[in-house]
Amino acid sequence: MNSRSYVITLSLFFLLFIITLGVTPLIGSSKISLARAFSDTISISNNVDANILFQVRLPRILLGALTGAALSVAGAIFQALLRNDLAAPFTLGVSSGAALGAVIAIALGLNFSLLGIPVISLFSFLGALGAILLVFSLVRTRHGEFPTGVLLLAGVTANFFFAAMVMFIHYLSDFSQSFRIIRWLMGGLDITDYKTVLSISPMVFLGIFILLFVSRDLNLISTGVHSASSRGVNVSRIQKIGFITASLITGTVVATCGPIGFVGLIVPHTVRLFVGPDLRILIPASMLFGASFLVACDTLARTILAPTEIPVGIITAMIGGPFFVWLLKRKRQA
Amino acid sequence: MIPELMKLENISFAYETSPVVENLSVSIQEQDFIGLIGPNGSGKSTLLKVMGGILESDSGSIQFKESPISKINKKLFAQSVSWIPQDHPMVFPFKVSEIVLMGRHPYLSPLSFESSEDFEISRRAMETTMTSQFADRYFNEISGGEKQRVMIASALAQNPEMMLLDEPTAALDLKYQVQILKILKDLNTTHKMTLVLAMHDLNLASKFCNRLILLDEGKIVRDGSPEQVLKKDILEQVYGVEIDLDSKDGNIRVHPAIRN
Repeated sequence: MNSRSYVITLSLFFLLFIITLGVTPLIGSSKISLARAFSDTISISNNVDANILFQVRLPRILLGALTGAALSVAGAIFQALLRNDLAAPFTLGVSSGAALGAVIAIALGLNFSLLGIPVISLFSFLGALGAILLVFSLVRTRHGEFPTGVLLLAGVTANFFFAAMVMFIHYLSDFSQSFRIIRWLMGGLDITDYKTVLSISPMVFLGIFILLFVSRDLNLISTGVHSASSRGVNVSRIQKIGFITASLITGTVVATCGPIGFVGLIVPHTVRLFVGPDLRILIPASMLFGASFLVACDTLARTILAPTEIPVGIITAMIGGPFFVWLLKRKRQA
Repeated sequence: MIPELMKLENISFAYETSPVVENLSVSIQEQDFIGLIGPNGSGKSTLLKVMGGILESDSGSIQFKESPISKINKKLFAQSVSWIPQDHPMVFPFKVSEIVLMGRHPYLSPLSFESSEDFEISRRAMETTMTSQFADRYFNEISGGEKQRVMIASALAQNPEMMLLDEPTAALDLKYQVQILKILKDLNTTHKMTLVLAMHDLNLASKFCNRLILLDEGKIVRDGSPEQVLKKDILEQVYGVEIDLDSKDGNIRVHPAIRN
């Protein structure tokens, strides 16, 4: 890959992202006018249009963008590390592991921050990491491969197990905790503010940067661990960095938005069709496309049954389910 | 005297408990063209991985140019020694040219792209292996013999002094077997490349290699020229099958004796 085609391709994905960011705030159940929102004759407290735009829609869109970016990049990384293109935070049970972590934190009433990181995010990260390590150690064969059948089975098992744990905790919790857990489990970007967006962005961006830093090593690992090693890649170190960082960004966004399925599967696949499997470009392109994709899905979620809003996870699952079946079918034919 | 490139002393390796390579010592000289032969499970592949720094031996020492490979930086070692696996399952749709460029990894720093020099080195590697014509095709869409040549090109892009190949001719038809071995022979003579190949075909091995190492149960049974190693009684004992062996005017022909 040369740097010119790199810049051109990424510029196109960036353009798509900017267009999404520019258009989606204007779409919604109540019509708003940009002229009135930016008007300086109406005082800010009386300006309904400005309030809807800046206090309701924009933070929600930014959170959607961050979440889409994080889940998509994590998906691309899990696929490379496990050398299996059906791996994703959702199919591997990483999202439900993160959910279990978050639910434990909610049930224990842990509502404080540690070094600026909300404890619920830390628990969520540990849940995600635990899930991926479980799947990794269960599935890996003696020759370091991850066969599709076993991988999906382990993912399904992990999902069921974590879901059962979540239900168990939910059953034992009192009324107010129960409400918080249910609200959170439904997943969604609707209750948010700039503070939330600001608190999770450093984690997500730092994580994506770290992954970009080791992207060429990950490329080699995606072609085989032994040949990667013979090209000078410190395989076990890069695997650790990859799994921990991808779990970290998954845990961070899942702690905030609840488990949103299939984004990490659909986006890397779609982007790979356009830019190829080189992670040096697949990571930033998936980040931009994933951000645009989830924001678009969320716009659909809040308008399709307007004024009723449905959780965005329903939209991504309705697109993701058939997509997954199509992938599985194509893989079997290959 | 020919300088010594790699020296293995009392190397043992076990995946679990039973040793696959046991107390093995061997010295490899510059420009050697070594065929590692022996029955399935005799430790050929494992020995190659240990020599390539992919597996760490449980005991013993390996020196590369007189320094222990455990002390050599992984990327620096990859600039001198490359390893090519037997088969190449590829999940993701990388193009042939991308696979070859991956051989430049040990020369690149993080967050960087290949320079025009890297592209030039890869182009030459593809020329040497006659793979230039499918540079833009997907690796998964080319034939087995073509894949093997592409992997050799990728290993060549590492600019190594020594190449380790795990059964490079397995699963290839006769034409490709000879083609691959001719490319390797040419690298050996014109580029002074040191080569160690795991091989099953004893006839081809005797024709192309100047030195054969016969392994059995992780130990060296014989090490020497094809004439010294390919002996009827030794082969019959190691392979456990009756063997016909004729050598005429420097050509050794070995095949299992099949009598009805």
